[in-house]
Amino acid sequence: MSNILEVQSLSKYYGDKAALNDVSLDVPKGQVFGLLGPNGAGKTTLIRIINQIIDADSGTILVNGEKLKPSHIKLIGYLPEERGLYKKMKVGEQLLYFAQLKGLSYADAKKKVRSWMDKMEIWEWREKRIEDLSKGMAQKIQFIATVIHQPNLLILDEPFSGFDPVNAELIKNEILELKDKGVSVILSTHRMESVELLCDHIAMINKSRKVLDGSIADIRQQSKTNQYHLKLRGHLADHPSNWQRVEGNFGYEKFLIQLNGHSTNQVLEEAIQFGDILGFEEVIPSIGEIFIQRVKDTDHE
Amino acid sequence: MNKIFLVIKREYLARVKKKSFLLATLLTPLVFPTILGLFLWIAMSERESESLRIIEVIDESNQFRLESSGQYAFSFSDRDREEAKEMVKSGERYGALYIPPIDLEKPLGIVYYSEKNPSMTLIGNLETTLKRKIEEIRLYNSGIDPEVIAGLRTNVNIRAITLDNAGEEKMTNAMVNYGLGFITGILIYMFIFIYGNQIMQGVIEEKSSRIIEILVSSLRPFQLMTGKIIGIGAVGLTQFLIWIILISAISSLVMGYFGMQMPQQQALELANPEAGKMIEGSTGDMGQYMQVIQDINFVKLVLTFIFYFIGGYLLYGAFFAAIGAAVDTPSDAQQFMFPVTIPLLVAYFGLFIFVLDDPNSNISFWLSIIPFTSPIAMMGRASYGVPFFDLALSMGFLIIGFLFTTWLAGKIYRIGILVHGTKVNYRTLWRWVKTA
Repeated sequence: MSNILEVQSLSKYYGDKAALNDVSLDVPKGQVFGLLGPNGAGKTTLIRIINQIIDADSGTILVNGEKLKPSHIKLIGYLPEERGLYKKMKVGEQLLYFAQLKGLSYADAKKKVRSWMDKMEIWEWREKRIEDLSKGMAQKIQFIATVIHQPNLLILDEPFSGFDPVNAELIKNEILELKDKGVSVILSTHRMESVELLCDHIAMINKSRKVLDGSIADIRQQSKTNQYHLKLRGHLADHPSNWQRVEGNFGYEKFLIQLNGHSTNQVLEEAIQFGDILGFEEVIPSIGEIFIQRVKDTDHE
Repeated sequence: MNKIFLVIKREYLARVKKKSFLLATLLTPLVFPTILGLFLWIAMSERESESLRIIEVIDESNQFRLESSGQYAFSFSDRDREEAKEMVKSGERYGALYIPPIDLEKPLGIVYYSEKNPSMTLIGNLETTLKRKIEEIRLYNSGIDPEVIAGLRTNVNIRAITLDNAGEEKMTNAMVNYGLGFITGILIYMFIFIYGNQIMQGVIEEKSSRIIEILVSSLRPFQLMTGKIIGIGAVGLTQFLIWIILISAISSLVMGYFGMQMPQQQALELANPEAGKMIEGSTGDMGQYMQVIQDINFVKLVLTFIFYFIGGYLLYGAFFAAIGAAVDTPSDAQQFMFPVTIPLLVAYFGLFIFVLDDPNSNISFWLSIIPFTSPIAMMGRASYGVPFFDLALSMGFLIIGFLFTTWLAGKIYRIGILVHGTKVNYRTLWRWVKTA
């Protein structure tokens, strides 16, 4: 079994409004899976169903090939977008409590608390209350609370929102480290740069439907529109009309060229007549651009 | 099950370990007796220091020789009504009693003048005094010797004895039963409100600090809700137990102290046989109260109390949890408090107006059967002794009642805790109940 999680034709309605409409996706083991989509698209609903916080109206979810059941809670670590801690509770007790709630025995939970707090170098904070900690400290505690029971599947909803850059970097490294240990991660986020940096695979949801699904490389390849960037220096008074000027202030001009059935060599032969070619490169859209384009396309449908 | 226990443990320890809990637990049993003692002391010292209140009597027919009592002295100086009123206004007299020449068969037209509103007790005292005087005069007029009349006066004290099925006779005393029903009923009422509010605050805290989503990804909302209700209830029971222990310790200390003083009675008796007799009379009353208290089946009463204490708390606790889940801040909770407050107030007033007055009336029966009022109302009946069938019926309904409210509240709770920033009204709540 190579998928840790399989979602099959999942639907959820709030009254007449669909939050999820026949969504299916597979999360491969040991990969970082990006779940993208604008606000209100249905990401949180999907995540809540996987976490057994709410029930789906129809469809099935398989974890390691088994139908979702209460004992799976122990396999999943969840960092919600809306998160918090008991302000009046001591750090150590709080982590112990969350670990035990996830199903760890008292002795195991104690060991884990110790090792994580040592790792994050915050063991001396164990007797402090959350309200006495800085926000960055509390964020670290929050992350430990998510991973303390050694989940096989980590679900992070906007993990970087509210984190300062230092902690965001720390969390990012932790995520990659966990991935190396074989943990599968579902990352729901708006931050496209972290998607491209971290994710192996993405799925996009818009207006309760899945609109895109695949590995990052595949998606970018598929989203190519046969467009090339041409950089050249020369006499450009009457360049072909299908060349679209992009920029041109640094001693050269940059054009966007649509192939329109021609081969790249044919385009280059034509270009040579206009000057010295400095660069010729295929345009591969970024995930961010694909995201925006997809949202626009599906909004019009 | 294990997870519910974890929640119970957390809720319990988080509260019991607070300093405020320790303070409230230790001070409350001291505060109430202290306040009571203070009031008594103030009242006593006021009575002692108070100058005698003089009431001017204008007796047109000259036949009422009223005897002054400890607090009031009557002055007879043949002034007329206007003069007496002036004396009251100038502060020379506390009040003026005007008795016109009256028909003894139909004494009308008696007026009391005073600067301030007279107290009920004062008017009542004057009425009793005058009534007795008129009776005396009328008896005298019909030819009976006043000495005979004085000899005929007697104090009556009825001893009430109930016969139970076992054929045993038990002495009852309405005062003692009233007091017990009153105290236990009020305790349950207060317990429900104080700890119900803590449930609500706790739910709101988890919701507003956004910890809730982490929690419900680890356990079912229903487990979280029941764990919280039971944990906070356990805090209440702990506090209550400590109070019982403290109060009984303090009262046995106090009793011991007064017990030491008892020999004084004998000394008093030697010096003044009259005073000795008076004390004997009063200890006779005390003895009767003691007898009544001893006759009450305390084990049964305490068990009944604990059952309704817990049952009532669980019934309303679920509602408090649901309210907390439906709102974002405590101030939003006001609008939903109505359905909780009203039945509790009905039970509270029902206890005073109907149940304690007549524990076996129809309305008392229903108040003690309906689960929303029974925890408070039944205590009023239980102190007098209640038929087994009524008790069993009421307890059965209370169990069904709290299972029902917990089920209903659970539906509201599991949706409410995840809803933020939406204005929730009763219609929304109903929709949640239907969809969940």
